[in-house]
Amino acid sequence: MTGTTADILLLAGGVVGILLGLTIFGEMLRLRVAEGQTNPVVETFMTRVHSWWIMVVLLSLALLTGRFGVVLLFAFASFAAMRELLTYAQKNTADHLSLALAFFVILPLQYLFVGLGWSALFAVFIPVYAFLLLPMVSALRGHPERFLVRVAETQWGLMICVFCMSHVPALMTLDIPGYGDRAILLLVFFVMVVQFGDLLDYFFGRRIGKTRIAPELSPKTLEGMTCGVLCAALIGGLLSWITPFGLWGAMAMAALASITGMFGSLVFAAIKRDRGVKDWSHLIPGQGGFMDQLDSVIFAAPIFYHVTLLIWAS
Amino acid sequence: MFAKGSFLRTLAARTTGHALALVARFITAVRADWHGIEPVDRQRVYFANHVSNADMPMIWTVLPPAMRRKTRPVAAADYWLKNSLRAFVGPEVFNCVLIDRRPDHREEDPLEKILEALDEGSSLIIFPEGNRNMTEAPLLPFRAGLYNIGKARPDVDLVPTWVANLNNIMPKGEVIPLPFICTVTFGAPVKVEEGESKAAFLARAAAKLAALAPENGVEA
Repeated sequence: MTGTTADILLLAGGVVGILLGLTIFGEMLRLRVAEGQTNPVVETFMTRVHSWWIMVVLLSLALLTGRFGVVLLFAFASFAAMRELLTYAQKNTADHLSLALAFFVILPLQYLFVGLGWSALFAVFIPVYAFLLLPMVSALRGHPERFLVRVAETQWGLMICVFCMSHVPALMTLDIPGYGDRAILLLVFFVMVVQFGDLLDYFFGRRIGKTRIAPELSPKTLEGMTCGVLCAALIGGLLSWITPFGLWGAMAMAALASITGMFGSLVFAAIKRDRGVKDWSHLIPGQGGFMDQLDSVIFAAPIFYHVTLLIWAS
Repeated sequence: MFAKGSFLRTLAARTTGHALALVARFITAVRADWHGIEPVDRQRVYFANHVSNADMPMIWTVLPPAMRRKTRPVAAADYWLKNSLRAFVGPEVFNCVLIDRRPDHREEDPLEKILEALDEGSSLIIFPEGNRNMTEAPLLPFRAGLYNIGKARPDVDLVPTWVANLNNIMPKGEVIPLPFICTVTFGAPVKVEEGESKAAFLARAAAKLAALAPENGVEA
């Protein structure tokens, strides 16, 4: 077993320990509820814990199979997320072919380029080639009604759900001097600080949150977000041994990822408000859709990738 | 060996059915929303809006397997008997009740065949608009069939069933289905009231069905 695999198992073990703790805590809460009755808050909490179990198991399995498994997992996540986003986008029958291309050609190609490590191509494929090609395909079918809105919304879906999301597995392809084959751990670091930051933002927001930062959109509070980002930085510091950043660098990168992620969630809250949806779908029990779970990861990934590339990669 | 009703052919039909349900779920993440009615094993006639050939497989997919086995879609014989693949999928995979839509050609009364299937204990899926709705209106005027069924078999629940978003997923004339989220909403059953006229009943049933359509066009 290589050192990297051992570290992945160690981290997975740590997360499993936390989940076991949460599961036991939830079962104890269930015992305190009178027989034959259920407490909806406890049940929602347990549904979420079960979904986390599934996510942790899937991500751990993907990480252990290496680049192929991780690329495949995120390709599926992109597919599910874009399905949710474009379900609520403006489109008409003239866009049928360009949408089919977006889902069944552009998405797989982007992940193929990531898997092959062709970073020069995956960085421009969607922003340049798909951006120019898809409107041409839609235009060939006629129907000028709301044309710009339609092609813009399709491109936005591709940028967010495919281009941005593909930067998570792309972290594995970064060539960092002295870091060797450990780039896969960078992905673990990134996902853990963003997800724990979100969770602690929610927790502290419920406990001590007062000042809403965008009251019309979201219950997010200044206090919750500050605590969430500080906790993410602390967790980043604790995990600095798996990164090439050093202690202070790891804390700063964790805080950066966490804060971009939180503002990303806010952007999605605005879209959901506009489209009149509460959750993007019902695919993840207790959490809504893939988009509800991954909105922060999607926004944080490209920034985290490019700052790492700028400062640490060769 | 591959004669109709043989073991291998039944097995092939079952396997194809599971595969179709799996594809439908993978593409559209289709989900049932039971709204004022429970998914329990009772004899029912699900009447649904019709915009795409994929409507019926979507309803079929979201029914729990035990109910699905007892539910037969009522479909057009001229469509499902066109070639041998369709003749396998329609009558054998979906176990369709095939009726002839062309009054001048047909030998049996469609209502007779439908009532026969009900008397055997099956539930049914029907599309009372008769044709795929290509207009902007939510529903085309209902044909008389639903009223005649309700009159002839008053104990059977008539369940309004709204399939959302399929006009985007698979519009008429397209071959590749697009992956968007689809929701099938089942509403509270309607019955033909004592002394209710055909027109009044059909209008009331259509209104109950249209009321299930989600406001944002996609999801309840």
